Amino acid sequence: MITTELERLRAEALASLEQAETLDALKEWRVAYLGRRGRLTQILRQVGALPPEERPRVGAVANRIKAELEAAYEAREVALKEAALAATLAAERVDVTLPGRPVDLGGYHPTTLVLREIIAAFTQLGFQVVEGPEVEWDYYNFEALNIPRDHPARDMWNSFWLTPGGSEAERPMLLRTHTSPMQIRVMEKFRPPIRVIVPGRCYRYEATDATHESMFYQFEGLAVDENLTFADLKGTLYAFARMVFGPERRVRFRCDYFPFVEPGCDMSIDCFHCGGQGCRVCGGTGWIEIMGAGMVHPQVLRNVGLDPDRYQGFAFGGGPERIAMLKYGIEDIRHFYANDLRFLRQFRW
Amino acid sequence: MRVSLRWLNDYVRVDLPAEEVAHRLSMAGLEIEGVEKVGEFWDGIRVGRVVRLEKHPNADRLWLATVDLGDRQETVVTGAPNLREGVKVPFAPVGAKLIDPAQGKLVELKAARIRGIESRGMVCSEAELGISDDHSGIMLLPDDAPVGAPLREYLGDVILEAKPSPNRPDWFSVLGLAREVGALTGQPVTEPPAAYPEAGPPVGDLIQVEIADPDLCLRYCATVITGLRIGPSPEWLQRRLRAAGMRPINNVVDVTNYVMLEWGQPLHAFDLDRVTGRRIIVRRARPGERLVTLDGQDRLLPLDALVIADAERAIGLAGIMGGANSEVSETTTAIVLESANFHPTNIRRTAAALGLRTEASIRFERAIRPELTVPAVRRATALILELAGGQAARGMVDLYPGRKPEAEITVTAAQVRRLLGTEIPGPEVHRVLGLLGCRVEEPEPGVYRVRPPFWRSDLNIREDIIEELARIIGYDNMPTTMPAGPLPEPIFDPRRGLEEAVRDILVGCGLQEVLTYSLVSKALLDLFDRNGAPEPLRLVNPMSAEQEYLRTSLRPSLVNTLVSNRRRGEAGPVKIFEIGRVYWARPDDLPLELKRVVGLLSGPAGPRVWNQPERELDFYDAKGVLEALFWRLGFDVRFEPGTDPDLHPGKTALCLVGSERVGVVGELHPRLIDAFELRERPQLFEVDLERLAELPRNSRAYRPVPRYPAVEQDIAVVVAETVPAGRLVEIIQGTPYLERVDVFDVYTGPPLGAGEKSVGLGLIFRAPDRTLTEAEVRQFVDRIVRRLEREVGARLRT
Repeated sequence: MITTELERLRAEALASLEQAETLDALKEWRVAYLGRRGRLTQILRQVGALPPEERPRVGAVANRIKAELEAAYEAREVALKEAALAATLAAERVDVTLPGRPVDLGGYHPTTLVLREIIAAFTQLGFQVVEGPEVEWDYYNFEALNIPRDHPARDMWNSFWLTPGGSEAERPMLLRTHTSPMQIRVMEKFRPPIRVIVPGRCYRYEATDATHESMFYQFEGLAVDENLTFADLKGTLYAFARMVFGPERRVRFRCDYFPFVEPGCDMSIDCFHCGGQGCRVCGGTGWIEIMGAGMVHPQVLRNVGLDPDRYQGFAFGGGPERIAMLKYGIEDIRHFYANDLRFLRQFRW
Repeated sequence: MRVSLRWLNDYVRVDLPAEEVAHRLSMAGLEIEGVEKVGEFWDGIRVGRVVRLEKHPNADRLWLATVDLGDRQETVVTGAPNLREGVKVPFAPVGAKLIDPAQGKLVELKAARIRGIESRGMVCSEAELGISDDHSGIMLLPDDAPVGAPLREYLGDVILEAKPSPNRPDWFSVLGLAREVGALTGQPVTEPPAAYPEAGPPVGDLIQVEIADPDLCLRYCATVITGLRIGPSPEWLQRRLRAAGMRPINNVVDVTNYVMLEWGQPLHAFDLDRVTGRRIIVRRARPGERLVTLDGQDRLLPLDALVIADAERAIGLAGIMGGANSEVSETTTAIVLESANFHPTNIRRTAAALGLRTEASIRFERAIRPELTVPAVRRATALILELAGGQAARGMVDLYPGRKPEAEITVTAAQVRRLLGTEIPGPEVHRVLGLLGCRVEEPEPGVYRVRPPFWRSDLNIREDIIEELARIIGYDNMPTTMPAGPLPEPIFDPRRGLEEAVRDILVGCGLQEVLTYSLVSKALLDLFDRNGAPEPLRLVNPMSAEQEYLRTSLRPSLVNTLVSNRRRGEAGPVKIFEIGRVYWARPDDLPLELKRVVGLLSGPAGPRVWNQPERELDFYDAKGVLEALFWRLGFDVRFEPGTDPDLHPGKTALCLVGSERVGVVGELHPRLIDAFELRERPQLFEVDLERLAELPRNSRAYRPVPRYPAVEQDIAVVVAETVPAGRLVEIIQGTPYLERVDVFDVYTGPPLGAGEKSVGLGLIFRAPDRTLTEAEVRQFVDRIVRRLEREVGARLRT
């Protein structure tokens, strides 16, 4: 009977499907059983020849078997596709432990990295970046900063001279020994309110050792207005210290002497290495000196034509190399400008 | 300045631990570079008296010393040559710690048998106690040393290494430091005794003094002592001088040094019998005048040097060093004791000109006060009478042409508040300034009239007084606020932004930033062409020939950096750049300081990697970096063949923005490669940041994203090898709808003829308003080929 034939076909088709190991074989199976000239189709065509009362029953059986075979086909197809993909993936495996194609990696000089950090901090505090000449007149480097010729304080800055006769020349020219001459140039050029930060190279006639270089960078800050106070100076430097060395930093201000400020001070931070207990980094004191600072000396204000009874302000300065040495644990300042690539390539963000 | 706390204690009570004293002083502005503890390890060491000294029975050069410690006696073996019965010595029992002078470290003393005799302890040298380096004999203690007393109580001390700032000459004296400590601790300060009998004839009968140049000698005081006897100073005085780093000489000279350390006033003793005519004249040196100073040097005196002269000749260099011809010697019996004040600048200049800086000159050049002369000379006279005997003349010479009215500084409470940002109450102002020795009047509330003490030459303006208030109260006790008030107008500086952008881009392109010295050697500079720069500026006082000239170009420094890294063994790629200044001299003005960026690429293209072929960095690597740089910065740059004396003539391109030359890229000239003995071909580029900053950036305009597809068409043309590829691109640029040209291939060799090359050009066409048809594109391509044919004789390769 036709239903028996259908059942037999079903069994045979399902068995044959199990044998289809490739997508091609599966396609052939589909053509053979479910195709337009496939065997199920052929049997179904006979249903029309059956007596009308048998048609619904046989038709129902035929449709059930067709649906079953189609479902089986689809399941088989999914399985085979997955297997094929798995095989492809397995074949395409690479050795991921081999190094990647190198991308060229440049790097910043540590002085640049630290200067950028410093400048970013002061920029947040409303300071503007300006630069000035490294070759200076004695007037800007010393005289206008309240360091007259033959003043013993000049011993604090041994200079490289460019004019014959050195400091004795009529108009002596030298390599600036600090960025402080820019205090004068800025106040000559701009009227208060002034808030500038000046990075740049400086030079000192000094024997070099682990903490001294004849060429180094400084950053100089200057703020002048009608009511800036010593308390504001402390606040500004305290904010800076926390931004650059961490929000938990404590600071300490000591009296110090620079001829172009009064009162003068230096700022230390508590040692971030030992937390103030005393260690090699801080020389056992628990404190690390970072900057010199003070209130702009009234004579300096007068030298640029500002009335000290109306204007006052503060100035500060520090060395980025020293800060870099502390932050990175560099033991010798002479590494900075020797440009050994083994040194330079170590510094990253 | 080395300061003994024991000495300090003579004038002010110091109850605080040494560390605390050092800390307070350093917070108040006196840098303390070190705290040296004398006797820290002296546990068990006591003062002993040698009661018996016998020969060691079994050794010629050893002695048996029996030492009385008050409660017991010990016998020890010693080899010291300077022991006598009755002397007092430091005695260390078994178990004490001593410095072994051979090793320089502490060792524990053990009982020992020396040639059969048991030695239970040691008598010690200064070196073993860590007092000095002297190990030539046993340290002999003064006769009044208390037998049995712990040595630390008797001799232990703390030495502070202080570094006074140039504005505080008073910190160059023990008394000045005592006053500072007194101000910081609230303890009263006692000045040392200075009274003495003036038993001799009037001083004017013994010496006549004249100041010929009163502009340079502000004050001259002198006493005369006759009938004294020169000899060694007592042990306590010698010890204090040694601890301060000075060498004891004799009782008179030692007293002058001692009082200088004590009061900060340099003193000098002349042998009265060697002062010709018993006249002293303070005058400028005569042209060509010479003086043999106490250090034995025969010196030609500079013009304007101030001398102390007698009736005939110079006998001293004022404020710096005495003359050998009037030196106090063993036979001296009468002295003139000088206590004067000289012009600071003159002393500084003379000392500098002679290269002779002395304890006296460093004090004078810091402008010590003329008021110091009298108490210092009285104190020294009293001490000399005590130690060397003799008779002081009645009265003293005191010429004071430089007298100035007493300084008075007015400060108001409002000014204090305005500078410090906080109020300091009136009573606090009086208390603090009083501690410092200032006399303060308050004629109306909040107005302070301050007269600083005579030893404070640094207090001159109201800010000085305000600093005193702040530092004694403590900077850390001042408030901390953030600045208020208006912010300044913005400053526009296109160069700064440009410089930072260039730095970021070049690092992004894989280059390492370097920063090299601005100072270079002439030899290095001269290897390179001057390239339009003026002669380099030379330092008058260079530290070395390596750093003698201000660079006029960054190129030498960059090549030098390559060379030094190769020398250190760097074998990989070197890709570096520097953004820095060059210094171009100008007549009668500061030099121009011009910002440049120079890059250098050399060596292998990368590290050795398993899947990449090895190759050397070449011209196109450097050019690629420059292309990226200009593209990122937004400049339309053109590269043209050109020359540069430092670069290979066939491998040099000039960078042009419009008609402005902004940079150059090329291979280092073989002449320079040879000069540096390099075995590689460095590629160099240089960009003039100054010029670039002035040029407009023209690639900032937005163009709408295209709506219609592009048509791509590749062609290959054959041209003479001498025709630059850039020329082909230039010719066809501007063809309608041509969006982009890529040179994707360059080929020479068969089947092409000799001197020919084929250039593959990828053309991309696009119209903004429609899709281009194949026919249209074919037309454009034909037009391009015809133009190339006409301009450079190109033919289409098929």
